[in-house]
Parts: sequence; structure tokens; C-alpha cells
Amino acid sequence: CEVSRGHPAGEMLLVLSPKKEVILGRRAFSLQVKELFSSLGVDCNILELDQVDEGASVQEVLSEITNQRTVPSIFVNKVHVGGCDHTFQAHQSGLLQQLLQQGPAYDYDLIVIGGGSGGLACAQEAAVLGRKVMVLDFVVPSPRGTSWGLGGTCVNVGCVPKKLMHQAALLGQALTDSRKFGWEYSQQVRHSWATMTEAIQSHVGSLSWGHRLALREKAVTYVNSYGEFVEHHKVKATNEKGQEAFYTAAKFVIATGERPRYLGVEGDKEHCITSDDLFSLPYCPGTTLVVGASYVALECAGILAGLGLDVTVMARSVLLRGFDQEMAEKVGASLQQLGVRFLRKFVPVEVQQLEKGLPGRLKVVAKSTEGPETMEGVYNTVLLAIGRDSCTKKLGLEKIGVNISEKTGKIPVNDEEQTSVPYVYAVGDVLEGKPQLTPVAVQAGKLLARRLFGGRSEKVYHTLFWPLEWTVACRDSNACYAKIICNKLDSDRVIGFHVLGPNAGEITQGFAAAIKCGLTKQLLDDTIGIHPTCGEVFTTLEITKASGLDVTQKGC
Amino acid sequence: MWAGRVGCRRGSAGQGDPTDTAERQEGPAPAMEGRQCYDLLVIGGGSGGLACAKEAAQLGKKVAVLDYVEPSPRGTRWGLGGTCVNVGCIPKKLMHQAALLGVMIRDAPHYGWGVAQAPHDWATMADAVQNHVKSLNWGHRVQLQDRKVKYFNVKASFVNTHTLCGVSKGGEETLLSAEHIVIATGGRPRYPTHIEGALEYGITSDDLFWLKESPGKTLVVGASYVALECAGLLTGLGLDTTLMIRSVPLRAFDQQMASLVIEHMAGHGTRVLQGCAPERVEKLPGRQLRVTWVDLASDRKDAGTFDTVLWAIGRVPETASLNLEKAGVRMNPVTGKILVDAQEATSIPHIYAIGDVAEGRPELTPTAIMAGRLLAQRLSGQTTDLMDYNNVPTTVFTPLEYGCVGLSEEAAVARHGEEHVEVYHAFYKPLEFTVPQRDASQCYIKMVCLREPPQLVLGLHFLGPNAGEVTQGFALGIKCGASYQQVMRTVGIHPTCAEEVAKLRISKRSGLDPTVTGC
Repeated sequence: CEVSRGHPAGEMLLVLSPKKEVILGRRAFSLQVKELFSSLGVDCNILELDQVDEGASVQEVLSEITNQRTVPSIFVNKVHVGGCDHTFQAHQSGLLQQLLQQGPAYDYDLIVIGGGSGGLACAQEAAVLGRKVMVLDFVVPSPRGTSWGLGGTCVNVGCVPKKLMHQAALLGQALTDSRKFGWEYSQQVRHSWATMTEAIQSHVGSLSWGHRLALREKAVTYVNSYGEFVEHHKVKATNEKGQEAFYTAAKFVIATGERPRYLGVEGDKEHCITSDDLFSLPYCPGTTLVVGASYVALECAGILAGLGLDVTVMARSVLLRGFDQEMAEKVGASLQQLGVRFLRKFVPVEVQQLEKGLPGRLKVVAKSTEGPETMEGVYNTVLLAIGRDSCTKKLGLEKIGVNISEKTGKIPVNDEEQTSVPYVYAVGDVLEGKPQLTPVAVQAGKLLARRLFGGRSEKVYHTLFWPLEWTVACRDSNACYAKIICNKLDSDRVIGFHVLGPNAGEITQGFAAAIKCGLTKQLLDDTIGIHPTCGEVFTTLEITKASGLDVTQKGC
Repeated sequence: MWAGRVGCRRGSAGQGDPTDTAERQEGPAPAMEGRQCYDLLVIGGGSGGLACAKEAAQLGKKVAVLDYVEPSPRGTRWGLGGTCVNVGCIPKKLMHQAALLGVMIRDAPHYGWGVAQAPHDWATMADAVQNHVKSLNWGHRVQLQDRKVKYFNVKASFVNTHTLCGVSKGGEETLLSAEHIVIATGGRPRYPTHIEGALEYGITSDDLFWLKESPGKTLVVGASYVALECAGLLTGLGLDTTLMIRSVPLRAFDQQMASLVIEHMAGHGTRVLQGCAPERVEKLPGRQLRVTWVDLASDRKDAGTFDTVLWAIGRVPETASLNLEKAGVRMNPVTGKILVDAQEATSIPHIYAIGDVAEGRPELTPTAIMAGRLLAQRLSGQTTDLMDYNNVPTTVFTPLEYGCVGLSEEAAVARHGEEHVEVYHAFYKPLEFTVPQRDASQCYIKMVCLREPPQLVLGLHFLGPNAGEVTQGFALGIKCGASYQQVMRTVGIHPTCAEEVAKLRISKRSGLDPTVTGC
């Protein structure tokens, strides 16, 4: 009996639980089944009818649709399996596992919201594992109107363009060095901002395009729309033109990352830029004030100074918080040596435009963090690098009950990257208390996909063997074969047993009985072999088929 | 162990002037007039010798170093510090850097710098490099003084098992004896003396770095890493350079990597003549040299004119003038190197040999230094640890650098069998190459592992920029027994070339395309 939408009890189950597996029962009776599910590694939802208000009426509706008056009553994937005995029978016959593997009719197995490093890695890995995957990626333009393509922060406005600009700055140093190493050129060397940004943007564009191709190759559906949850297992995707579409999935991964923070003072969004804008800025920023002491701030300051610009860093407090402070101060000192000025313990309170232009002129009023002192400065560009805020506020997370940290706006997850809603996961910068680094997000995304959809549940151990009696006779040493099949999800329970060789019937009989008793690989390994027999080979099986290792035996 | 001094009594350790010649006593070494007594004598002031001497002095021993640089056939000479400092690692890497700067100048316009390709002035570079080397020579002298190690600029030879005779430049003789003697005389470039004109007109790496003027159009002969590095840096400085290799390049290195190194050099301006052997060098009127060679496959002869011919066909250990037979120290008659055991001891237990002069040791500065220090510590009873010569990392500073540690693919297959070796590999593109659209066809990494889980890493081979920097850390990993699985669980540092090592997913066995695309 399948529970479907429209049916009162079906609706009831859907409402009661976002999870696939449901046990309805009384606390005492549900225990055994619960243990079975947990041994299968399945998260099940237990509705204890003796613990809820409408328990009695639920049971009544239940018996109406299932013809089962007793509890517990077990649903797997919205299919009614039956009571305790039926469930164990289904387990023995493999039906239960089959049901567990089937999903309900969602559009996708996985929808990833956010096409950055973590999201893309996770989506592609899931697709490689044969799942139907969608990526929703949409870049909300920065207050200055900067926007970019697929690939997220790292590719577009982070690691990649910053390291290329860093390389441009290093080349300036190399040019200075090169005269001492014998290279001769007399002319004054100038730097062209436009040449550099065009080259970098063309590389970034090619990477973004590469990501598009990679998704297409792996048959991941890519939609350039803004995704937000509207109900359980369902997102609304809104594109640039405001057109809406709805998609459902069994599992979701939030990988929306972060965007630069603004000061919240007068004139900041109108006149300041952030790292979102710097790398594609269509004009040289000129004399620049970098506000912040993050690694982003210091890297940008170092790059701009290395390109020959006049740079000032305004830092509220310590440099590179979270890093070794002795090293951080030395980084600061090295920047000073490069010509960067530091204004420590000041924060901007107002940014005014004195003159329009590319770049224009801005007046910054700053105030001391320690007293009433204020100061003013005039710069062509003010770059804010005071931190980043996670993109979690407009994802409809509250509609499905995904918790976010009130203080940071980040998403707390358990060790398996699972949010407070079991089918919703998160990776990357959006996570609470995890390193904000591309390779971390990539690794976490891949591992998550592998855990969610990873591989087959069967593990095969095998070997060729040479019966003792055949050795003296010099018979083929690789004719006899032993193989067992185990279910990884069920504590390596042996679900298949095969032997090719002399006395196969005699050997198999005993093992058949053992399988009936729930034989596991561990039990086989714990069993003392009878020497010398053929049967003993099953107590020392070590090589899995997946390892591809050699199982041949040396013969005469 | 310092079981007691031999032959004479000495003053307290390291008390300045060690000429306490009057105090002589009985011992296995025959007493001789004018003899100076030490706990340890080190012959050779190179990396290994100096490290051993300084360490022993630090541990309270009375030590002297005997160092003497025989001028090269072309008359080049240098100061204290040995090959690495004077005619090896240091000047070669600085000249390599000069060549890399040329590449950077070519890259710079793509990154917005308004600079045209510049000509290179050899004299400016050579002067700067030589000044740095001289400052290092001085530094070594000062360090010896600070550690109270006596320094003799004399050529040493054995008189007996405990006594050396040192001859100064002016012909003065000094007799020195010690309980322990360490031979660390290293090696010098080999000349193909069978080739007519080779010795008269050719130079070696002993001369190259001290040339005051540009070598001009150069023929580099040899397949060693020295040959490849020299040819690469000369090409990078804009010189017309030909590299002539008789058989395979970088023998004993991974051969796939060696081919890629050569392929890169050939693609970046070095003329590579493989399978050719020079037969004659003649001087033409003026300064040019005419070299005749034979193509070994076709037996066809060919000739070319060059300004300079550089031999880099190997090195000869410096043992000939040591009179080793007087002490009974045994050598390998084929290689001329000194036979040593795991303790670095020669056939005479209190005479040791470290560094390039010792048979079967890698010819690398850091191994000589570590071996020297460990030897001094063992002699002082500080440790019983032996030098571990396994998994020694190294880097070849060709224009595209090649760093490696552990086994080559060939060695791994020979040791473990092809069925038990899994090779993971990738062709990658360094981020810095993208903007100037530099060719990255040879940027390649391979990790040689055991096939059986957890797939112990046997070797790592990295071809790309900053290969030395990349390889060093992984060498530690391999020392710690890293497995492929552990490397794969290591989070990368983005964006770097080294992170590609932690992302090696494609095995050679799979036959899949190992080209890295995207992040």
C-alpha cells in the first residue's frame, strides 16, 4: 500500500516527517526496529503514538489504510512495510534495502545552491556517482554593479585574480632585481592597470567557462537563477528577468559562501569598493585607502603598493586576527617597507565624494578607537576589506527550519556537514567555525557527495586457491575460486557465498547455515580454519575485488 | 668514540694555537718531529668537511681542517667552502635566477608592465654572483674561527694511518696527526682527455661561474644534471647554446621526467643533439673553436663553431694526491671513490669518508652536511644514529625545474614489480603561466605508490616552477611514511602548483587523460 498525496494519512505522514523512514509505534515496541534501521545506517523518524496528543486518532486512520491494527507500523519511503516481523522478513529478503534505495519522485537527487568551489565539487562528484544533480548559481551584483559568472569567489573575485595580481606585483620586484643580475634596459618602467586587468579577466572568464563545460560534461543541470527554499524539499529559482521556476530534490547542499561586508557608515555603499570590484576595476584605483586588517586587506594593499600605487591601510585593531601575531606584525612591517602607510586604531565614520571621475576623489573621516580624536584624508579609492558576511539571509531557510547562527549568520553543521534539517547539508564559507579556504570546501564537498551517494553497498572478497590434494598432482593452481559478497551497510553481513572446487557441496552446506544465522565477515575472520582443507580459505579472505589486487596462486 | 688521544697530549680543546709540538707520547702512530696533534683532522673544506669539523669542535673536540683548491686546468681558483659554495649550487642557482628573471621580463608586459625585452650583460651578473660567493668564503672562515677550528690552507696527504702531511702553496710542509681523520675532498669535473683539444680549449663548471666575460656561443657536452643546468641557464641568458648528449639524459633519474626536461629545453631555445659524441676540438684563428662530432646512430660526422666548449660529463673523486695506500684506505678501483660502511668508516676504522668522495653516496650538499654532523656526533658519543641515505630529495634547476624524492618509476617497478606499483600523474598549468600564455606542456607531476592500500608513497616527481620548494615538504611526508590516501586527504593551498600533488586522482593504469582542467 503506497501512501500518496491527497490521502489524509499520507498527508499526515508527509507533514509529520521530512524523512523517508517512519516508524509509528509505542516507545517500548519500536526499539527493535529502530535498532535494525540504525544498524543499516538509516536515519529513521519515530512517531511515538503514546507520546503525542492525537496518537489515538492517528492510529485509527492508520488501521484504515493499512489494515494493520497493531503498532509499530513501519513506513519506508512512504511505503507501508508492516509490523516488526514483516520488517525483519523484508530485511532478510532484501526488500527493505531495495525500498531504502528508492527515492520518492523528486526532480533531482541533489540540488546544490551556490556554484562556487565547494558547491561545484560536490555537484560534480554526486553526478559522477550517477545521481541527477542541479546547481543553482546566481551572482547578485555588488553595490558598485560588479557581477561575474560561475565559479564563486575563488575563481572570480578571490584566490585566482588576487594571485595573478600578486604575480604582477612580484614581476615589478623582479624587474628591479633583474638589473643586478645583468639585464639591461634604460627606460622608466610603467605599469598599465588596464593591460593587467584585461589579461586577468580573460583568464577568469575562461575558468568560468571551463566550469560550465565541466558541469555539462558530467550532466549536471546548471541554472543561472537565485535559489531559495519555499517548502520542504522544494526551492524556487528566480532568474535575472524575474522568471520563477520550482524544483524539488531529495537532498540539498547550501554552498552560497560569503560576500564582503560594508561599514554601515554614510557614503560607504555609494563610494567604496570591495574585493568584489577591485580585480575587474576598469580604471587604476590611484591613491588608495584599504580599510581592514584581514588577509584580504593586507594582500590587496601589498598588490597595489607593488604596482606602484600610494596605499594606506586603516586598521581598527590587530592585523591578521587568528594568525600568529608575531608573524602578523612582521607582515605589517614588510608592507611598510614596501611603502604602505598604516593608520592603526582608526575606523572610518564617513566617506564623501569630492570629485567624480575614474577614479574620483573621496574624503574619508575617521575616528580613533581609543579617544575622541578624528582625522581626515583624501583618496582616489577606498577599498573595504573588513570581513565577509555569509549569504544565508534570503535563502528561505526559516521556511524549512534550517538553523543559522544569530550572531554570525552562518550555518552550524555536524561532522557530516548536516544542518538542523537532516536532508539539507552545507559546505564552504557559509559554515560556522570552519576554515574559509577553497581547497577545504572542495574536499568537504567531494567527501560529502561520496558519503551521500557513495559507491555500492556490496563488498566482494575473493581468492583463487590451490587444494592441497592438487599440488602433488600438479593440477592447475588457479582453477578453484572462493568468493563472498558482504553488505557494507549492514556490518559486512555475508549475503552471498560462492565456491568452485572439490567437495563444493560439502563446504557450502555449513556456510549456508551460518548465513541463515546472520554470518558477518568479522565472524568469518574470527573463525579458526580447519587445516588443511579447502573450506578454511573462507576464514582468511583479505583481498577485495575493488582493490584489483592479484589473487593468483603460484603453481608447480 | 673518542677512546683517548693518540700519540700526543694536547692542551684544552680549541685553545687557539695548537702547536704544542713538544708534548709527544707513545701510541700506535710513530712519533715525528714537528707534529701537531688533534682529536680530529678533516681533509677538505667543503660542505661535508666543514659541517663535520664545526660540529665536532662544538662538542669540545680539537679539530683542524685542511683545504686546498688545485686550480682548474684553465687556472680558475677559489676560496674556502668547496664545490657547492664556489663552483656548484650557489653560483649555479644565482645564474639560474638571472635566467628566470629574463623569462619574467618577457612575462611582465602581459601583466601591465611597460618593459621591452632587455639584453643581458654577463659581466654585471658574474660580478654580483662572484661577490656573493666571496662573502660566503669569508663567512666560512669566520665560522671556523668562531668555533675554534684550526684552518690550514694546505694540500694534505697521508703519511701513515694517523698522520697527514700538509703542503702549502709555497711548498712548506706541516705534519699533523689525530686520532680520527675524515676525508671530505669531494670531486672535480672530468675532462674527456681522449678527445683531442678537450683539455686545451674546453672549460668545465669549475670555470663557468668565474668567467669575467660572456662565454658566447656555447657547446655543453654531457647528460648530467650539471650539463642540463648549465645549458639551460646559458640559453636563458640569451646565449646560443647547444647541448650534446651521448646517450640518455639524467641517468638514474626517472626517465619520463628526464625526457620532459629535455623536451622543455628543446622547446625553449636550447639546441639539443642527442646520440652524438664529440671527437675533436680545434682552435680557429681568433677565439672561436671548431668542434667535430659523430652521430652515433648514423656514424655521420658533423662540425660546428663555438666560442666556448663546456664539459659536464661527470666528476672524478679527489683521491689521487691523498696517498691513501700509505694509510691502507681502500678505494673502488673503477670509480676511484673511497669504500665506506654505514658508519662512514673506511677500511681503516678511524678514518672516515663523507660526501662526494665516498662510494655510493648521493653527490649532494645536504647529505654531506648531515652525514658530517652525524659522524661528529657519533664520534663524540652524542648519538648512535646513522645517516639515512634513503628518500633523499633533490632538485634539478633546469629552466623548468625538476624536483624529486624517493624512487623513480623504473626503480619502483624493478623493486616491487609492475603489478604492485600504482603511478598517479597529472599535466597541470601553473596559474602564473596563464596570463602570459606560457607553454605548460611539460608541467607534470607523478607520484609513485605501492598499489596495495593504503598505497605507500615510494616516490614523487615534480616538474614545474619552484620545484625545490614544492618537493621539500613532501620529502618529509615520505620520510614519515605517507600513503597515497593521506596525501589525498591533505587539503591543498590554493592557488599553488604544490596543491596539484594533493589532487592527483588519475592513475597511469586507468589510461585516463591526466590533463588537469579547472580548479
